[in-house]
Amino acid sequence: MDPHQQHPIRLRLNGQDREFDVESWVTLLDLLRERAGLTGTKKGCDHGQCGACTVLLDGRRVNSCLTLAAMQDGHEVTTVEGLAKGEELHPLQQAFIACDAFQCGYCTPGQICSAAGLIAEGQARTIDDVRELMSGNVCRCGAYPQIVRAVAQVLELDASALDDGKPFTTGSVLA
Amino acid sequence: MNPFTLTQPKDIDGVLAQLAEGARPIAGGTNLLDLMKEGVMQPPQVVDINAIATAGLDGIEEAGGGLRLGALARNADTAYHPLVRDRYPLLSSAILAGASPQLRNMATNGGNLLQRTRCVYFYDVGVPCNKREPGTGCPAKHGINRQLAILGTSEQCIATHPSDMCVALRALDAVVHVRSSSGKREIPFGEFHRLPGERPELDTTLQPGELITHIALPDAARFAEHSAYIKVRERLSYAFALVSVAAALDMDGDTIRAARIALGGVAHKPWRVEEAERELEGKQASEAAFAAVADRILEGARGWGQNDFKLPLAKNAIVQALQTAVRGTAYARGERE
Repeated sequence: MDPHQQHPIRLRLNGQDREFDVESWVTLLDLLRERAGLTGTKKGCDHGQCGACTVLLDGRRVNSCLTLAAMQDGHEVTTVEGLAKGEELHPLQQAFIACDAFQCGYCTPGQICSAAGLIAEGQARTIDDVRELMSGNVCRCGAYPQIVRAVAQVLELDASALDDGKPFTTGSVLA
Repeated sequence: MNPFTLTQPKDIDGVLAQLAEGARPIAGGTNLLDLMKEGVMQPPQVVDINAIATAGLDGIEEAGGGLRLGALARNADTAYHPLVRDRYPLLSSAILAGASPQLRNMATNGGNLLQRTRCVYFYDVGVPCNKREPGTGCPAKHGINRQLAILGTSEQCIATHPSDMCVALRALDAVVHVRSSSGKREIPFGEFHRLPGERPELDTTLQPGELITHIALPDAARFAEHSAYIKVRERLSYAFALVSVAAALDMDGDTIRAARIALGGVAHKPWRVEEAERELEGKQASEAAFAAVADRILEGARGWGQNDFKLPLAKNAIVQALQTAVRGTAYARGERE
């Protein structure tokens, strides 16, 4: 078998059916950026450590750098470009703006997709839970307090723990 | 990544045929693709096994008085499954202490067992490593070894197994069920991972051509009320363990009927000393009793310089995990003060 063989795949990408032919080694991240023209999803470390490449795969947050595009035939992918409804921003996008939850913005698409996945998972009950469950997304600028506040705002969580000056824990979600 | 052929069989026989030809299986991809990008692993043939998930390999179900965890069930789905949370809180806690939510959504149970060490020399193809290239040497013994093993090491390798999930599975007496084109086999968890010895390139006793189909957990109801997973790491979240301890107690009032204790971050496999656990049987829970057991578990431990601190750390972590387990699973989970 030829290792350069093309694998035909069909994706439901941000609500549209798209077809691609990909080599075996093309990651979902590279497909999105290089072939689908969706450069909102960012390549940070390319090793699953930073979370900049986070997208929703069948509604679940994943690191798109660590899965092959050819493995996603028939699946549904949502990137940061697919979150808004027309001109109406997703509540997380609005909250990130309201809370000033970014500086350079490079990690932001991954942060927002990750937060969308977090909300869908339904496990976060406290600020500490949000911190723990956003730990797969690194922010080089250090906008973490604002990011947590933005996610908490959308979840309608009590955010007073963000201002009480106490050290944080990993929360009860580790159970 | 180097070019490789990718096949995607629709049934298990097709997967087993590929494995028999030497193909490397990919499921979640979270460790294999990372290693392929680094050039640490360069399999010419890869077989995507996700299509066979629906053949009963992605389920979590009751079986034989315990649970059957499908090899293709995702780590997150396993950790949050009501049967796992209620009956095997130790396993749930251990899984959630590992990786990130994204990675747990991708990584499978079978893949978690087969992940490779994160030793920096294993990952750096520019330096010798007996695990990556047998016979080239082990720079870790006199180099960067803060993360590495203190138990069961050999002159060839001081790598650690990085999994949290496996530490709980070892404590809970899990059994790994595997299948190949020539039949089925069951491997007790303590025999699944191996010590490096003279063959550090071999992480497990899984044979070429074998596929993990599921992991069986025996009934552990008597431990459900007193379980704790303690993980000590360089930062609060999303880091590999320096030392982790899975502790489960079967208690009658203050008296210990039975104990299960396994350690992560200290050896080439989850570390458990069953004779030491038996010393706790019939004893009152006390710091002194737990410290004595910790000493017994850590007999023969040695540091390699940067990781010398793991000896006292492991002892203290064992004591703390057992004390936390005594206070109860709900306390360990942070659900009550």
